[in-house]
This record gives sequence, C-alpha cells and structure tokens, in this order.
Amino acid sequence: MSASRLRTVTAVLAASVAVSLALAGCQSKRDDTSTSTKKDKLVFGVAGDAKVMDPALASDGESFRVARQMFEGLVKPEEGGTKIVPSLAESWTPDAAGTTWTFKLKTGVKFHDGTDFNAEAVCTNFNRWYNWSGLMQNQDISSYWQDVFGGFAKNESAELPPSLFKSCTAKDAATVDIALTRVTSKFPAALALPAFSMQSPKALKDFEADKVGGTADNITYPAYAQEHPVGTGPYKFVKWDHTNKAVELVANDSYSGDKAKIKTLIFKTISDLTARKQALRSGEIQGYDLVAPADMKPLKDEGFNVLPRPAFNILYLAINQSGNPALKDVRVRQAIAYAVNRQAIVDSKFPTGSSVALEFQPPGLDGYNDAVTKYDYNVDKAKQLLADAKATNLKLDFYYPTEVTRPYMPAPKDIFELITADLAKVGITVTPHALKWSPDYLNAVQTGKKHDLHLLGWTGDYADAYNFIGTMFDRQKGEWGFNNPELFAQFKEADSEPDQAKRVEKYKALNAKVMEFLPGVPIAHGPPAIVFGKDVTGVKPSPLTDEKFATAYYTS
Amino acid sequence: MFRYIVRRLLQLIPTLLGLSLILFLWLHRLPGGPETAILGERGTPETRLKLRHDLGLDQPLWIQYARFMRRLITGDLGVSINTHRPVTTEFMERFPGTVELTVSALIIAIGLGIPLGYLAARKRGGLLDYSSVAGSLLGVCVPIFVLAYLIKEVFAVKLGWFPSAGRQDVTIDATRVTNFYVLDGILTGEWDAAADALKHLILPAMTLATIPLAIIVRMTRASVLEVLGEDYVRTAQAKGLTERTVRGRHIMRNALLPVVTTIGLLTGGLLSGAVLTETVYAFTGIGQFIAESIDHRDYPVLMGFIMFVAIIYVTVNLLVDVAYGVIDPRVRVR
Repeated sequence: MSASRLRTVTAVLAASVAVSLALAGCQSKRDDTSTSTKKDKLVFGVAGDAKVMDPALASDGESFRVARQMFEGLVKPEEGGTKIVPSLAESWTPDAAGTTWTFKLKTGVKFHDGTDFNAEAVCTNFNRWYNWSGLMQNQDISSYWQDVFGGFAKNESAELPPSLFKSCTAKDAATVDIALTRVTSKFPAALALPAFSMQSPKALKDFEADKVGGTADNITYPAYAQEHPVGTGPYKFVKWDHTNKAVELVANDSYSGDKAKIKTLIFKTISDLTARKQALRSGEIQGYDLVAPADMKPLKDEGFNVLPRPAFNILYLAINQSGNPALKDVRVRQAIAYAVNRQAIVDSKFPTGSSVALEFQPPGLDGYNDAVTKYDYNVDKAKQLLADAKATNLKLDFYYPTEVTRPYMPAPKDIFELITADLAKVGITVTPHALKWSPDYLNAVQTGKKHDLHLLGWTGDYADAYNFIGTMFDRQKGEWGFNNPELFAQFKEADSEPDQAKRVEKYKALNAKVMEFLPGVPIAHGPPAIVFGKDVTGVKPSPLTDEKFATAYYTS
Repeated sequence: MFRYIVRRLLQLIPTLLGLSLILFLWLHRLPGGPETAILGERGTPETRLKLRHDLGLDQPLWIQYARFMRRLITGDLGVSINTHRPVTTEFMERFPGTVELTVSALIIAIGLGIPLGYLAARKRGGLLDYSSVAGSLLGVCVPIFVLAYLIKEVFAVKLGWFPSAGRQDVTIDATRVTNFYVLDGILTGEWDAAADALKHLILPAMTLATIPLAIIVRMTRASVLEVLGEDYVRTAQAKGLTERTVRGRHIMRNALLPVVTTIGLLTGGLLSGAVLTETVYAFTGIGQFIAESIDHRDYPVLMGFIMFVAIIYVTVNLLVDVAYGVIDPRVRVR
C-alpha cells in the first residue's frame, strides 16, 4: 500500500467516525424535540416473529399476540383472569342435550372494512373452518381447529377424527346457533382462543383467504394472511415489515368499545433476552415479554413496570414407565416424589409469586382439588419405599433441555441439578442427558424408551381442566409410557359430561386419581412476567398471555 | 485469465452437486424434524406423524432430494417450512443486511488493521507496537457476544449515542429498493433513513470487526517484519529510494500477500461471526435467520443457504486468487 493510499484510508476512517458521532449528536437533538409524538407510539419487544396474520391459521404465541389486538372472538377470558366472559357474544346457553349452543350477539359492531358483524358473519367463519379442504387440512395450517374440533366436513386424511362441529345457523342478525356432534368441556371455553376470532367475510373473500399456494411440502400463505387481516378489534393492521421484523398496527377509530389510547402499536422482534432488556433501558422499546426471573427485581428497582402474570402453567418431572422397568412400580414413583425437595426448587430458582405444584393443573381453575395425595419432602419415606420395592441403587437416565427457558421452567439445568442432588440422597443415581430444546430434546422425551426422567411443562391455552390434565393423560403417550384404559375412559367421560357442576367434580376426582397413580411429579407453577417502560401503564397481565394493549397509556 | 476464471467456475458444478447431496442426507439424518419444532410441547405421536405426512417428509429421501434438485435447477429454492414464505424472498430481504454488516466490518478491520500492523512493525518495540499486540490479543480472546453486550451497554444504554437493536428505527417509513438500507436511503434521497440505518450499523460492525481486525494487525505486523529483513528492501534503501517508494513498491506489496489470503479466509469466518452479532443486536440478517432455521429444522432454508454460501465462498476464494495476480507480478495465471 502506498503512502497516499494509506493516508486516504485513514482519512476515510476518520471521516466515518466523525460522521457517526455527528449522527449520534444529531439524533439526540431530534429526540429532545420529538417527545410529543413519541407518546403516540408504543414499541413492544417480542422474542420471535409472528408467523401469520390470519389467526385461524396460527398456532404460535406471537401470531396470537398480534391477533389479540386486531380481532375479537365470541367469548374472551376476563381481563387478568381465565374465566370466560362475553366478547362479541353477549350471552350463550346450551340446549338440554348440551350439543347446541345459542349465542346472542352484540349489535352495532363493524369490521375494520366497514362491514357489519352479525350472525351471518359468525356462520361464514365457522363454515369456512369446517369446509377447509386440500392443503388447508394440513396440520400446520389448521392446527387449532384440528386440536379443538377434530376433522372437517370432508376429511381428506384417514388420520383425521370426525368433526366436533356440526352446523351453524343464523336465526336472526343477532342470534346464532352452533351445533356440535357431541358434548365437550372444551366448548365454549376454547372459543376464547385467537384462532377462533371473527374475521370479515368480505375481506376473507376479497383477498382469497383460503387460497394457499404451492404443494404439500411447499405451502405459501395467501395474501389475506400476510397483508390484509380484518377484524373488529381496537387496532387495525398497517404493515408487516419482514425485513425489519416489525408488525405495525394503528388504533381503530370506529371501535365499538373503549378505543385504544396509544395510536400506533408496533411489535418488534428481538430474540435475544439481554438485547430486549438493553433496548428497553435505552428507550428504543417501551416494553417486552418473557422477562428473565433474575431480571425482575433489578428492573423493578430501576423503576420499570414489571408485571408478573398469574401462573397458568405447570413444570413437572415426568417419569417414563416404559423406560427403566422399576418405574412401573408406583412405590418407586412415590419415592421419587418424596425425594424431591420442591419447595427448595421454588424458593431458589423461581421468581416471587411461584408456588409448589400439588397436581398437574394450576389452582383457581375449575377441577382443582385441594385433597389430592400430597408428597411432602421426606427422605426417610423415599428410602423406605425404594427398599420395599427392592429398587435400591436405582440408576436412571435423566433428560433436561439446554439453550432454553420456558415460562414454566426458568433455569432447566439448575433445576435438573437440584433434583439430581435430591435423588442422590435417597440412593438414586442419574445419568444426565442434556439436549438442545428444539427439536432434539422434545423429540427424545416425547417418544421412545430411552428416557426415564425428564423435565417438561405446559402453559394453558384456555380455561378448562381438560386443557391441562386431559392433554397430558387422556391416552397412551410416549412421554409417560403407560397404558391405563380405566383412566383414559374416565377422562372421556368427564369431557362429555354436559352438566358443568358434575363435570368439575369429575375433574376433581381425576386430579386425585392422577396423583395416586403418579405418572410424574408436579414441581411448580411459575408466573412469567412482562415489563413496560417507567411511564407506560394500563396493561393488565393475563395468565393466558391475553394482554390487551388498547388500555396502555403514558403517564407522563 | 478469462479461461482460468471460466474453468474455476465450471469446477463449481460437481463441487456443489456433491455438497448438496452430502448435506441433504446429513440434515435429514439429524434427530428430530420440523414437526417437533412446530408442535413443541403440544406434539402427540399422531399429530407429529400427520404433520410429517403433510409436509411430505415421510417420502423416501431420494424423492425429496430429486424434488429439491429439480426446483434448484429452475432457480427455485422452495418455501420455508417455518415461515411459509419463499426461501428466495427471505434471502433477498435478509442477505443485504448481512452483506452491509460484514462489508462494514471488513472495511473497519482492513482500514485500521493494515496501517496499524505496518506501524507496529516499523516502530517495533515501541509503545504502539506493544499496545497493538496486546490489543489484538484481547480482540481475539474476548468472545463476540460478551463484547457486544459491553459495547451496547456503554454506547447505547449509558451514552445513548447509538441504538442497541435492529437495522432501522421501526417507526421510520423508509422506501425499500435494494434492501441495503443505507444505500436505499441514499438512492431515494431519504437522508434521515440512510443516517438512521448507518447509526444502527456502527455498533454491530465494530463488534464484528474486532476479531478480523486483531488478526489482520498481527498478520500485517509479522509479514512486514519479515519483509523488512529482506535483501531487496535493504538494496532499495541503499540505492537511495525514498521512504515512500520503498514502503509502497517493496515492503507492502510483498507483505500484503499473506494478509490478502487471510482476509479471504476471514470473509467466510465473518459469516459465522455475523450469526452471533446479528442475534445480539437483533440485526435482521441472514445469520440470525439461519440460526432460527437450524432450531426449526427448516430444511429448504438450510439447503438453500448452504448452497448460497458455498457459491460465495468459492467466488471469494477465486477473487483472492485473481488478486494475487494483480498484487504479485510473479503469480500470473497461464
């Protein structure tokens, strides 16, 4: 390099640094003068990208978060709770058989495109889902419909069950009947899921909402699902900037309820946890989700609004009965339960507000049973049970995930180590298996016979006991490795009980039975938290992550 | 030279074919598939099986490979299993971010590294020499993610000079032309957008430049020191050539050869560094996207990316070979 070139390079670099510093200074000045407009926007940091804007095609939390601001369903969870309350439907009643539900709808509600919300619109939505064909029956496309309602009008795969949905009848503009093929406890609670939000029939048609492109291994979403979602909610869609990883919404001035206080709402993806925290502290975002338990107190001390959600989840230590043969003996499973000091785990690894789990569903949800068999920490009893079962010097393969924190599992490795130490005290040796959460870990612990113990959990989708204990234990699963037809039948019976009071009693009995059978050890219910800037308030944390940003406002 | 370049480009075809086959088989042999990643905790054996079937993953591997190759030949990389958007679209949107980042990092690393390395060698044993050696050692040793958090904490959180995350302020309504944000701002005359994108670029580029900068300083220093002891340098000085001529024609021209090779290799390495940098700075480039795609076992994205990087890597190395010829007249291609 010649001297002149060397000088040129140095000069260019010096100029770049000077420009950068000037830019920095320039921006600071601009910020000072733009405080009045700043209050019109709220940027919220999220951990991952939304996948799709049509909630009926979504199954991920981030798509649902955006949908919850733009759309409304017939019912919704109460603010800050799990109880189902009216949304677009003012009331609902089942017939005597419990299979046909009559919904009385709110009147005067309009979609963002100016069309009316009415009984016809409800039926258009239900019929749309029910009549999906071809690629729309792909598990990844219509996941929640398949989870809740099973199959379609014409199932195109032998693996699909018959549909739970039978018909929708618009009796008048404000009354609609929804008929099911059998009684289920999921209905109407599951209708609070964003997947069953009401969408504008006109927009669905105009933007060909069901026109997925490509082939089975090559599916592309229709235009509606990417650029034209139309609901009735307090925010409207503006744009989805894929390159910048941001979804922008604007307040719906014609909203039928309380209008949004902040005009522009932006969800910005910042996948790294520390980066989200730094962006909040530097003022680039005004809130974020999935606050690390260790950050909750420091952020609060700095004056940020840390909002722990009521815990609606469960962390459990699963025991695979098709793993080590000794685990088939209930005494061995009981010994494991007595050996684990769950209170110590909650005290040292979970945030304030967490509690030891006594069963596989959180308290406060119908069906919770205070009188289940409890397994308080008791080393002597655990040793005695192992001796009785002739299972001393037991060796178990214990799986735990790495590179992940889940709302119910803040520090998997630490929790694994505490449990391992507890098990060692009663003479159980474990072989550790650390795997990357997705898909290695999930794949390993949900199938096969290699795993004896593993950590996993569940966050509830909607307020129904079945969504917890039914999802886990209503049939034979690779995760647990047991076959208990009597238990499975009891689950089916509870799910199809039309009388609400009787159904609750059945779930209570099931919780008691599960804790006697002890397929695993429930460990904790931990409240995940969201945080907002020092001057942002108004959002009520929801156990179902059903936070509504329309109520957010700046205090100064 | 032209023939040489064409021959090198033709050699790419069997290389890429072999690579695609090996990687396809390897990716599909990894435990777990996209269905586990998509379904998460809610996966049951039935839903996983159905999803595998729906995604066409239960078909024989050779059929899947043939389908991939057929699409590839027509320039179609398929659709991402995770985002359901065409892989080509995803790349076109994200790759410019990574190019912006890596090129900026390279400019910083080369622009500072070569002069510093040269000066350190010329002032051997001096303060500049010691500090640049110590500094470069530190640069190599500190992991990128630690450095990134420290830099952000100081310049973004405490001083507030630069933003800590993203490629551009999300409230700026910028026009996208090439998806190179700085360039787009200049092309469309949206100077605010260009300045904002540049501001977002500085901290990540500084972070990513650290390791290559340290390596270039050390390489240049060592290389210059070696050349300084050569007879031809002493001869040039003895015959009374000016300092500038000796430096330009005799020292740097020879000393830069190994440095250029290193820069070629570093360019490939920068891509892996970009994964971490992009994640920590929420900088929407290809690196971050690929990291997510690995977690999701997003085969079409991973295959497309690997083919893409392979082509770039081979091309850069070809350019390095050509640069040899330009810098060193002794290396002429016949």
